Amino acid sequence: MDAVDVSKSRDLDKLLLRHGNLVDPGFSPGPDLRDDIREYVKILVVGAGGLGCELLKDLALSGFRNLDVIDMDRIEVTNLNRQFLFRLEDVGKPKAEVAAKRVMERVSGVEIVPHFSRIEDKEIEFYNDFNIIALGLDSIEARKYINGVACGFLEYNDDDTPKSQTIKPMVDGGTEGFKGHARVIMPGVTPCFECTIWLFPPQVKFPLCTLAETPRNAAHCIEYAHLIKWDEVHKGKSFDPDVPEHMQWVYDEAIRRAELFGIPGVTYSLTQGVVKNIIPAIASTNAIISSACALETLKIVSGCSKTLTNYLAYNGGEGLYTKVTDFPRVNDCLVCGPGILIELDTSVTLSKFIEMLEEHPKLLLSKASVIHGNGNLYMQAPPVLEEMLRGNLSKPLYDLMGRVQKDTIHVSGTSLLNEQKQSFSTKLRVLFKGADGVADMDTAIGA
Amino acid sequence: MRSLSIHGKITEPAKSKNQRTGIKWKDNLTKQENSRTVRDSHYLIEQPSDSEWNICKHLAGIRKGFSLSLSFSRNTHLFSLCCDSLLSLADANHCKIPMERLEQEPTMAEPKKTKYDRQLRIWGELGQAALETASICLLNCGPTGSEALKNLVLGGIGSITIVDGSKVEIGDLGNNFMVDEKSVGQSKAKCVCGFLQELNDAVKANFIEENPDTFILNDPFFFSQFTLVVATQLVEDSMVKLDRICREANVMLVFARSYGLTGFVRISVKEHTAIESKPDHFLDDIRLNNPWPELKSFVETIDLNVAEPPAAHKHIPYIVILIKVAEEWAQTHNSNLPTTREEKNEFKALVKSKMVSMDEDNYREAIEASFKVFAPRGISQYTQDIINDSCADVGPNSSEFWIMVAALKEFISNEGGGEVPLEGAIPDMTSSTEHYINLQKIYHSKAEADFVAMEQRVKNILAKVGQDPSSISKSTIKSFCKNARKLKVCRYRMIEDEFRSPSVAALHKCLDDEEYRIAIGFYILLRAADRFSATYKKFPGQFDDGLMDHDVAQLKTTALNLLSEMGCDGYLLQEELYNEMCRFGAAEVHVVAAFIGGITSQEVIKLLTKQFVPMQGTYIFNGIDHKSQCLTL
Ligand SMILES: [Zn+2]
Repeated sequence: MDAVDVSKSRDLDKLLLRHGNLVDPGFSPGPDLRDDIREYVKILVVGAGGLGCELLKDLALSGFRNLDVIDMDRIEVTNLNRQFLFRLEDVGKPKAEVAAKRVMERVSGVEIVPHFSRIEDKEIEFYNDFNIIALGLDSIEARKYINGVACGFLEYNDDDTPKSQTIKPMVDGGTEGFKGHARVIMPGVTPCFECTIWLFPPQVKFPLCTLAETPRNAAHCIEYAHLIKWDEVHKGKSFDPDVPEHMQWVYDEAIRRAELFGIPGVTYSLTQGVVKNIIPAIASTNAIISSACALETLKIVSGCSKTLTNYLAYNGGEGLYTKVTDFPRVNDCLVCGPGILIELDTSVTLSKFIEMLEEHPKLLLSKASVIHGNGNLYMQAPPVLEEMLRGNLSKPLYDLMGRVQKDTIHVSGTSLLNEQKQSFSTKLRVLFKGADGVADMDTAIGA
Repeated sequence: MRSLSIHGKITEPAKSKNQRTGIKWKDNLTKQENSRTVRDSHYLIEQPSDSEWNICKHLAGIRKGFSLSLSFSRNTHLFSLCCDSLLSLADANHCKIPMERLEQEPTMAEPKKTKYDRQLRIWGELGQAALETASICLLNCGPTGSEALKNLVLGGIGSITIVDGSKVEIGDLGNNFMVDEKSVGQSKAKCVCGFLQELNDAVKANFIEENPDTFILNDPFFFSQFTLVVATQLVEDSMVKLDRICREANVMLVFARSYGLTGFVRISVKEHTAIESKPDHFLDDIRLNNPWPELKSFVETIDLNVAEPPAAHKHIPYIVILIKVAEEWAQTHNSNLPTTREEKNEFKALVKSKMVSMDEDNYREAIEASFKVFAPRGISQYTQDIINDSCADVGPNSSEFWIMVAALKEFISNEGGGEVPLEGAIPDMTSSTEHYINLQKIYHSKAEADFVAMEQRVKNILAKVGQDPSSISKSTIKSFCKNARKLKVCRYRMIEDEFRSPSVAALHKCLDDEEYRIAIGFYILLRAADRFSATYKKFPGQFDDGLMDHDVAQLKTTALNLLSEMGCDGYLLQEELYNEMCRFGAAEVHVVAAFIGGITSQEVIKLLTKQFVPMQGTYIFNGIDHKSQCLTL
C-alpha cells in the first residue's frame, strides 16, 4: 500500500483502524480491514436515479472499490434537479453508464461496472455475486423483485435458523418530497420487504363510475381522458405517457371535460402528475437517505459501529423528525421464511405438481417454472429451454429431485394473490410421504 | 428611476375561452401556432411600490435596478398571481395597463421549468423564485459544506459564495467529491466552486480564498450582503461571534458540523414566520360544527328522503348529510352537539339510519367523517398563542406577517365569530357533480367574503401604524387567510445564550431519557471537544500519537466540568462515548457529511421559501444507531 492511498482515507481510517466501544462484536479494526473492503467487497447499486447517484458517490468515498450499478432508464431533463452526476448534454444517455463514468472520473481507484438493463433480465446468479445490494428505487414492484431474489439465496438450517453465509443483506432507501426512509434488510433476521409490505399504502385509484358520471375535481377529468376517453377514440392504440402528443391529447380532453362540468384546475403540469403518477423529488432528501444507506452498508461490512435496527423514518417537512423502528419479522413470510411446506406422494409428477401450485391457497401460482438446486426442472420460457425440459413434466418430482426425502425448490410464475396478477417467485420445502425418515416431518409450518 | 416590465406569453387550448376574468389586458399580438392561440402582451409599470417591486423581484429572480421580463407558459397560477399584483399595483400607482409590447424573448424558458418540475411540485413557482433570488455564503468547503451547497445549486439557488482559505490535501480526496487529484495543492474554495458551477450554470458561483475567521474577526460587514450564511465546521468561539454578527445584520444563519459518527445542525435566526407551513395531516376546514347561514340554506334545499332518480340518494355529499343530522340532533338535545362517547355513537347510528341501501358510499363517508361534527369550535391553542404574541401589537416597523396577525385577531373577535377566515376548499367526497360544485361555490364565496373583511382590516391597521396601506399584496393576504389555521412562528435562542445558560430542565430531561442518552452525550462532547482543542491546539484523538488514553481522560474531565457548569452536577454521560469521541478524532467522514449537509440544505430551503416548518433547537446526528434528536436547550 503506497503512501498516497493511506492518507486518502485519512478520515475513514479513524473508524476502520481504531478500536471502538459501540461496535459490532466481530469488529476487528486495522489496515487489513480497510484493504479487504477495497479488494474483496462487491456491492450492487440498483437504480442510478436520485438515490443511486448519491449512493455511488457515497460508497466510492466510503472505501468501496468494486461497485456495479444497474438501471434500465435513460437520462431526462427532469432528473437534473437532483441527479447530480448528469448534465444537460447527457440527456438521452443510459443513466447507469454516465453515473459510473462520472464517479470513476473523480474517485481514483474505484471500479464501477454499469448495467444498462432491466433487473429482471439479469440471471439470478448475477445478484449472488455481491456482498450487499443497495436499493435506490422508486417502485414497489422493483423492490419486491430484488427482495425476492435476495431472499431466494437464503437457506435455513434444520432448526429453522438462517444459514448465516447465505444471508444477502440489502439496504433500501426511498424518498418522497421532504420525507424518506432507510432500512436494513437481513433476510431471515430482520423483516424483508414483503414482511412489511403494509408500510406502502395502496395507490389512490378513482372508481370508474366517478370518472364517467360524477367528476368533481381536475384529477377526475384527467383520469377520464386518460383511462376512458383515450381507448374510446384510439381503438387499439395504447397510451404512452412519454409521447408528448399523447399527453397533450389527454390534457386537451381533460380541459374539455372540465369545462363541460364547470370544474377548475386542470393544468398541463397536473395532467402529467396524475397520468404518470409523478412523485415529487428533491436533492436534499435523496442525499440524506442515500448517505444513511451508505453508512449502514459500511457498518454491515466492517462492523465499525452498531447497525440500524432496522427502519429509519425521516420527515423534514414539519420540523425535523427521525424515528428508528425495530419492525418484527413475519415468521411464515412467503419470501424470507423457510418456505411453505408441501407434502407430496413420491409418485406425483412434475406436471401434477405445477397444477397443484395453481390451487394452493397461499400461492395461486400459474405458469410456474421450477428450479431445484442449480438445475432447471421446467421453464416456461424461452421456448428452446421449454422444449428441452418438456420431457420432465411426466416424470415423478421425487425422481427429478434426486430421491431425497426433504428438500427445497424454487418456483416462479404469475400469482393471483391479493386479487392482483403479479410475477412471483418463492421457495418451497417439499416433503415426500412414504420416503425414508418421514416420521420426523415438520408439521408446524404446514400450509 | 426603476421600472418594471412584465412580458406575458400565454398558451392555451384554442377552444378554451378566456377564463382569466377580471384581468384587463390588451392582446398586442394574436396568432395561430400549432392550432393554439398564442398571445403576447407586455405591461410596463413605472415606479412600482416597494412591495410590488419585491413580488416581481421574487418572481423574476433579479435585484433592484434591473428591468424584469417574465414569461408564462401554461402556467395560469403564476400568471394570475402576477396579474393580481400588477392590478393592485396599478390601482395604487394610477398606472395604465397594458402599455407597450416587448420584442424580446421570455426569460423563464420551458427547459428550466422541466428541469425543476419535480421540486416545483413541492414548493411552487413562488418558492422557486425565493430560492433563485437568494444569495448564500458558505464558510468552509469540506464535505459537509460542499454537499449542502451541492443540493442547493441543483435546486437553482441564486448565488453562492464559498469562503475557505485552505488548499486541497490528499486526505480531502477521500471525503470530498468536489475535489479530485488535479486539485491537490490548489485552493479548495476554487475547486469546489468550479465543480458546483458545472452542476448548474444558472447559479452565480463565487469563491474567496480566505479563512472564514478573518471575516468574522475583522470584517463583520462582509456578511450583510447575503440572504443566508451556512457556517460549517466552526468551533464554539467562532460560532458565538458569527451569530452576533448575523443577528445584528438580520442575516439568516445555519450552522452545520460533522464529527466522526456525530455532528449537528443548528438554525439561528431571531424569528422565522411561515404562512404556508404545509402540514401533512390537517383537519379540513368545512365547519360542520358551525355552519354559516348560506351553507345552512343550501343544505335545506336538499331532501335526504329523495327517491327519484334512484341514484340521487347516494349522491348527496356527506357535508349535507351531516349538517342535516346535526340539526336534527340539536333539536332533541337542547341545541347541543354530541360530546360523550355514548352520544357520538348514537349520532353515528342516527346517520346510519338514514341509509336506504348498504352500498351508499356517501353515508359510509358521513359516518367516518362524523368526528368533524364533534370537533370543538373556534381556534386552536397554537393560533391563540400567536394572536396573543406581543408582536401582534403592531407598529411602524412590524412585518407583513404580524400586521396580518393583528388583522386576524380583530377578525376572530368580529366577523369571524370566534373562527379564523374560512379556507374555502372542500375535500373530495362521493357526490353528484352538481351538488359538489354548488358546495364548492358556497365555501369559496364565504372564503372570499372573509378575505375581503381581512383585507380591509389589514389596510386599516397599516394606515394606523403609519405604513403604506397597500403595501401587502392581495395574493399575500389571500394566502394568509387560506392558511390562517396553520401559521407557524419559530424563534431561536442566540448561540451565546444557549451556551452560557442552557435550559437546565431540558438538559435534565434529556440526560434521564434513554432515547436521548447518546444525543445529549454527543451535544456535551462536541462542546467539550472544542474546549479541549482551545487548550491543546488539537481535537481529542486527532493524531495517531499514542496518546488516545490521555485524550480520553482529558475529554472526560472537560465534559464533566462542562456538565457541572450547566447545572447538571452528578449526571454522567454514557461511558463508552468518551472513547468513541476520541476515536472519531474530528474526522469528517463523507457519508456523515453528506447526511448533515443534506439536512442543512433542507433547512435552508425551508427558511428561504418560507414554506414548511424549519427544525427547532439543535439537531444532533447519532450515526451509531440513528436515534438522532433535536435538543431545544
Ligand atoms: Zn419476509
